Amino acid sequence: MRYIPNTRRDQDEMLSSIGVSSIDKLFVDVPSSVKINDIKSVPEEALSEMEMKDAAIQLSDKNLGGRKYVSFLGGGSYDHFIPSTVRHITGRSEFYTAYTPYQPEISQGMLTSIFEYQSMICEITGMDAANASMYDGATALAEAASLAVHHTGKKLIVVSRAVNPNYRDVLRTYANGAGSEVIEFDYVRGDGSADLKDLNNKLTSEVACVIVAQPNFIGCIEDLAKISEAAKSKGAMFIVSVDPISLGILKRPGDLGADIVTGEGQPLGLSRNYGGPYLGIFAVKKDYLRLMPGRIVGETVDSKGRTGYVLTLQAREQHIRREKAFSNICSNEALCALAASVYLATMGKSGLKEVAEQCLQKSNYAKKKLSKLLSLKAPSFKEFVIKPSRSVDQVNKKLLESNIIGGLDLGRYYPELKDNMLIAITEMVKKEDIDTLVFMLS
Amino acid sequence: MYPADLKYSKEHEWVKADGNIATIGITTHAQDELGDIVYVELPKVGTKFSAMKEFGVVESVKTVSTLYCPVSGEVTEVNPSLSSKPETVNSDPHGEGWMIRIKMTDPSELNGLLSAQDYEALIKK
Repeated sequence: MRYIPNTRRDQDEMLSSIGVSSIDKLFVDVPSSVKINDIKSVPEEALSEMEMKDAAIQLSDKNLGGRKYVSFLGGGSYDHFIPSTVRHITGRSEFYTAYTPYQPEISQGMLTSIFEYQSMICEITGMDAANASMYDGATALAEAASLAVHHTGKKLIVVSRAVNPNYRDVLRTYANGAGSEVIEFDYVRGDGSADLKDLNNKLTSEVACVIVAQPNFIGCIEDLAKISEAAKSKGAMFIVSVDPISLGILKRPGDLGADIVTGEGQPLGLSRNYGGPYLGIFAVKKDYLRLMPGRIVGETVDSKGRTGYVLTLQAREQHIRREKAFSNICSNEALCALAASVYLATMGKSGLKEVAEQCLQKSNYAKKKLSKLLSLKAPSFKEFVIKPSRSVDQVNKKLLESNIIGGLDLGRYYPELKDNMLIAITEMVKKEDIDTLVFMLS
Repeated sequence: MYPADLKYSKEHEWVKADGNIATIGITTHAQDELGDIVYVELPKVGTKFSAMKEFGVVESVKTVSTLYCPVSGEVTEVNPSLSSKPETVNSDPHGEGWMIRIKMTDPSELNGLLSAQDYEALIKK
């Protein structure tokens, strides 16, 4: 790469051409509370490598990571076991350092892995075609809604309030630019699953799609077949955002009427990574194949008749038809998709089922022990809502003293769930951990 | 090469009028420029278009192109064989490769389109 200098004179020229007096003025939108103004803690003299390493370890020890803490925090990002095969294979430099590795002449390994990823996503979701992945669960969902708006020519998007609040924010951002409108329907208070009456009230023939999450943000399992039926009766498409781990035990949305399945792929072998990079799952029924955003890898044969893999359907891709595109996604999360493929290949069908069963059994054990505090009645998968006797903040502070990372404060997103806590229980949590949690809460 | 009983648009569609029904497709020149056609996205019967509005998309191995409706009207028929055999547009663009039939609201719009001779002159430029 060429070295492009950035001298004081260059900077002054750029600043004067855009009419800004200093570089700091470019960052006025960043709240001062998150800016580091005091950098006196950086030593005057350079450290040796050994001293530097010590300093870095001291800093990283402030993180509540590692296995010292048990986590009951979920809400879209989960602490699942990552088999060592995942890091071993994704860490190989052929995969790890490659930039846009899509040239079929030199990248058969990467292209094969993406093709495998797409095939496995289709299998677990029950859909016909999956793309090479998107940025995360939120953008995948918003892209699905754009597809529906584009396909149906209708502007209304009906989404359950029990879909991840952050996903709904992203959805509104996308809709705002595209001139479509987002309407929400409620969940049944005290139950937690979709309020079909409210949904039916909001469904008209002007609706492009109905969106739900499975399981939903407050942990409950939705009756997908019924919601699909309601959507289809008004000519709306049906979009389901899934936790892929739940597909080890729940019925596949593709078998229950979903036209598009999206999801956050982080539980499939990715660390929580402070919120990213994550993996957007996106799969459709055959009818929508050519409307699917992003990249797709296809199987073909070379001039000697040997099987090979290439990017396919590129003519419809957004960078070619830019002015007509309804999506501007021209990339994917190849390394994260690779991690998901290795995870799924390592776990296999029975492994994924076992993870899902452990989540279900352990969270049900916890629910039984905490039955007096439960807020919602609907069946759940690995998350559930409780209302402790003190505020969530107080409870979490107390739990942290016992090396427990507590649950999510739902009052931040749902006024009616003030002082309620979302508890996530994965296979990583042991029975003793649950017993400790129960003891601390009672 | 370009039948005299058809009218042509500058965007390389052809129109064959039969009473107030117009059959629409793309020209030999257009399919030749596109190369092997792999997919044709067409509107539903009953959709209404005004003249020169986008009615669909044709996709070849090398590009994707917008289809424009040369005359105003309502779609009465869509060529059902193109979904499984889009290559018909390459092999017989002015015949079996037709795309939609439209009930015209203003057949006088045909007068604004090109004759075979004018169209041939256009593509020679």
